Amino acid sequence: MTDAVDTRRSYLAEVYVSLKPGINDPQGLAIRDGLRSLGYAGVEAVRAGKYLRVTLAADSSDDAHAQVTRMCDQLLTNPVMETYEISITALNDH
Amino acid sequence: MRFGVVIFPGSNGDHDALKSVELGLQEEVVPIWHKDTSIDNCDALLIPGGFTYGDYLRAGAIARFSPIMEAVTEFAERGGPILGICNGFQILTEAGLLPGALAKNSELTFRCDWIHVRVESDRTPFTATLDPGTVLRLPIAHGQGRYVVSESQLAELEANDQIVFRYTDSQGIEHDDYNPNGSTAHIAGVCNERGNVVGLMPHPERAYDALIGGDEGLKILRSVVDAGLSTVRA
Repeated sequence: MTDAVDTRRSYLAEVYVSLKPGINDPQGLAIRDGLRSLGYAGVEAVRAGKYLRVTLAADSSDDAHAQVTRMCDQLLTNPVMETYEISITALNDH
Repeated sequence: MRFGVVIFPGSNGDHDALKSVELGLQEEVVPIWHKDTSIDNCDALLIPGGFTYGDYLRAGAIARFSPIMEAVTEFAERGGPILGICNGFQILTEAGLLPGALAKNSELTFRCDWIHVRVESDRTPFTATLDPGTVLRLPIAHGQGRYVVSESQLAELEANDQIVFRYTDSQGIEHDDYNPNGSTAHIAGVCNERGNVVGLMPHPERAYDALIGGDEGLKILRSVVDAGLSTVRA
């Protein structure tokens, strides 16, 4: 695509998506009840969510975080009902 | 009047929508493929139900990136009437053309049933000829129809008269037992602030003739014809 030397490196972004605290999570409730019926009487709450791994090229860890934040706001999550956490890991040079 | 039905990969209510206009309303209707980039002379758009893009990520999340959605957004901005049905409703919320979001049904079941909704507002082209309080019997078929909004957004919807349909019993009375999916405030359908874009989970296009179980959905589709609104042709 380009002859320019790419000084960027690869990062792995791990994105944890969950329903906002106030939003009823029927999946989480069903899983909680399943655990309780297995005998785990101490289970207090389960919230179900999504786990996404995005591998991307970026200038820095901060740049990767900023890019993935935008991805979350634009597509990966629905801000009306979901929240997210992002964890960035630099990958080894290839 | 000429209707357009927008078809995405995974739409499954597209032919119901086409037939409801052709046979129920006896008006002109054309299919619009999601890869098209323009809307050919339509006065009103229907975004049908289905499982576009497999409901991957979230229902409606991917469909909004289809090429046609830019033209749909322009059509909405020009004031053209748009009705999003079921997955079409989900797509319009994901596209930001309608407020709120649709989450998994509270009972975690796919609900396929006949239910009742009460018309809450007559300020949209799809309810202009219906008195608020009118009860309609319509089918539903969805797994992710629980309407979600924050409390402050709900107050805003109320204040702006953007709640168009609510789930009720056959007498038009609200009870939690008659809320098929756990929707906030029993909401079955909403509109944008301007009122020209409407979305609902029930299927009016599957209730256009008594022969198929009911014909009360036709009232919603006919409203936009009878209202005689000076809609802008796209």
